[in-house]
Amino acid sequence: MIKYIARFSRTERTLHWVNALCFLFLLATGLVLYLPSLSVAVGRRPLLKDMHFWGGVSWVVLLGLVAVLGDRRGLLRDARELERFDHDRLNVGQKINAILTVAFTILFFASGMLLWFGERDTRFRFASTVVLHDGLLFAALALFVGHLYLAVLHPATRHSLRGMTLGSVREDWARVHYPQWVSDTEKVPDTRSAR
Amino acid sequence: MADQHEPRRYGRGLFLATVAGGLSSLAWGKAAWSHVTGVVSPIAGAIAPILPTQGWRIYTVSDHMPTFDPATWQLKVGGLVETPTTVTYAHLRALPRVDQISTFHCVTGWTVPNVHWGGVRLKDVFDLVRPLPEAGALQFVSAEIPYVDYLSMPEAMLHDVMLAYEMDGKPLPREHGAPLRLIIPDMYGYKNVKWLAGINLVPHPEDGYWEQLGYDRDAWVGRSNGYSS
Repeated sequence: MIKYIARFSRTERTLHWVNALCFLFLLATGLVLYLPSLSVAVGRRPLLKDMHFWGGVSWVVLLGLVAVLGDRRGLLRDARELERFDHDRLNVGQKINAILTVAFTILFFASGMLLWFGERDTRFRFASTVVLHDGLLFAALALFVGHLYLAVLHPATRHSLRGMTLGSVREDWARVHYPQWVSDTEKVPDTRSAR
Repeated sequence: MADQHEPRRYGRGLFLATVAGGLSSLAWGKAAWSHVTGVVSPIAGAIAPILPTQGWRIYTVSDHMPTFDPATWQLKVGGLVETPTTVTYAHLRALPRVDQISTFHCVTGWTVPNVHWGGVRLKDVFDLVRPLPEAGALQFVSAEIPYVDYLSMPEAMLHDVMLAYEMDGKPLPREHGAPLRLIIPDMYGYKNVKWLAGINLVPHPEDGYWEQLGYDRDAWVGRSNGYSS
């Protein structure tokens, strides 16, 4: 009989999928604003700008709501987990991905706000804001493509997607990929709530 | 007993360095990008032709870009002139042609260097309509309603101001204002009105589309709109 062990809490999964959906929405609307060929094909720039701006605001508000209404203690534990570059519940690559994703979200939001308000008030206008926002796009896309490959395509790692959808993974798979974490959970039963 | 396995605490450092690096790039990002773009753009262009590798962004203020039909397009030149004139596309192309290479600056921060423009000087249009002495400025009316902007007469007579119908050796693309746009390299892009449909000579400049939203009327590159260089 296949044995499963809990991997990601409901709060962690909600945070992940809210982030993923908002990122994809902002990527789609942002690419239409950014790529000349798509700008010509789609048009409606004023509407797209509003959708992109309010999508960005919603992104941060929704992430904040999930954090505040969800398992706050668990998220603080996650933050401490990301601090140590050890291969335990997450490997080092996953930790770097998570840290950069949070940092990029802050930078995307800050530069997006500067672009929006800079259009209305010269005090918020910097010649390099658009370079930062565009640079983040390329950096975030590179992370996203690598993340997608490992989570969906790569045979050895794609089982991890089950952890982020249903919350649990096969114990035998986890024992191979995260031996330290499995060993730790056996010593101290995981108190990670299902919230 | 002390933990034999010393944890490597790099997470906070990576996070703070990324955020600090990103925010500080507001001060150095454009200069750094201008150094690497010459190397990156040809590579990126070869991989993905759809990328705006030359640096252009396409900005519009209405839902749809105007379309251009050479058979029906007209440029109406009127206002304070002796002979109001309607210029057809064939007529426009028959006017004395000039070429220039100039840099295009957008007020949002991006720059496209060495753009090759082909078109006509305003003085050759003036020869058709003969401005009246009281004409002190020009109103440029775009087919992208309600976009208009103004130049004073001295600004319009700067040596490199032109009406461009070609860009980089090809007819001006639709997204760049086909068939005709104003080019004034010393001012930010919002003064370089696209999809020109009319030019009216008026007594003095007024606020154009973006100026009504708070942008400077005299949009000199590097010394307007909050920038100083």
